[in-house]
Amino acid sequence: MVTVDYYVALSAILFTIGALGVLSRRNPLIIFMSIELMLNAANLAFVAFASVYESFNGQIFVFFVIAVAAAEVAVGLALIVEIFKSKKNINIDDMNSLKG
Amino acid sequence: MTDLIVFLVLSLVAIASALGMLFSRNAVYSALFLVLNFVVVAVFYLLLGAPFIAMAQITVYAGAIMVLFLFVIMLLGAENLPPSEVLPWQRPLAILLSTILAVESIYLVFARARSGTSIISPDASVNSIENVREMAMTLFNQYLLPFEVTSILLLVAMVGAIVLNKREKAG
Repeated sequence: MVTVDYYVALSAILFTIGALGVLSRRNPLIIFMSIELMLNAANLAFVAFASVYESFNGQIFVFFVIAVAAAEVAVGLALIVEIFKSKKNINIDDMNSLKG
Repeated sequence: MTDLIVFLVLSLVAIASALGMLFSRNAVYSALFLVLNFVVVAVFYLLLGAPFIAMAQITVYAGAIMVLFLFVIMLLGAENLPPSEVLPWQRPLAILLSTILAVESIYLVFARARSGTSIISPDASVNSIENVREMAMTLFNQYLLPFEVTSILLLVAMVGAIVLNKREKAG
């Protein structure tokens, strides 16, 4: 039998892999993808609990999280493109000043 | 028993694709591994009886967001960034901290497990029409204001992306 704990444990593992990506990789695009992976892990836990408690609130929250993630990716990738145009590279160590 | 096997195989694919995303040298491979991970999570949503969320996941995440990622990676030519000077303690410290995070969260999940109450019904009836109707009723009655705020948020993000990449007029 698959219980909700299995799904939450899988969600925790995926979240940890995303956190490891944010901590250890230097390419800002990979860091962005790791953040998406963490959002996805949280969504999986939401849907698992929504399925257990037979409530639609969890699924609605996942819907909103997907919308917010889409907005975040659009703005974040625009920022990365802009930084690349002004600095000619996207090394994460060079992004230490707010001045363009 | 079969649902346990299905769960284990799918979670193996999910974890392997997440690790592949993490350890690929080429950013394009990372993006494609992440697409695989999103599709596997969409299959989990189907197993959990949430077909609408599964379709939204595939359309928005695996479709729109990852295509945007691939587009930017190829636009910037950032497939293989030259390695910068790496802090010597960064990699081991990151692995140590995330191992602690994983062990602790999984321990908490199983330490608080209430056996018997939390079993997912194996015939979580995947009736798409019913699911979509119920979700729409909840979304447009109970969560109408957040839904409208989401549309404003998407509008702001669109305007922000356009303004950030607008060509500056001289003078």
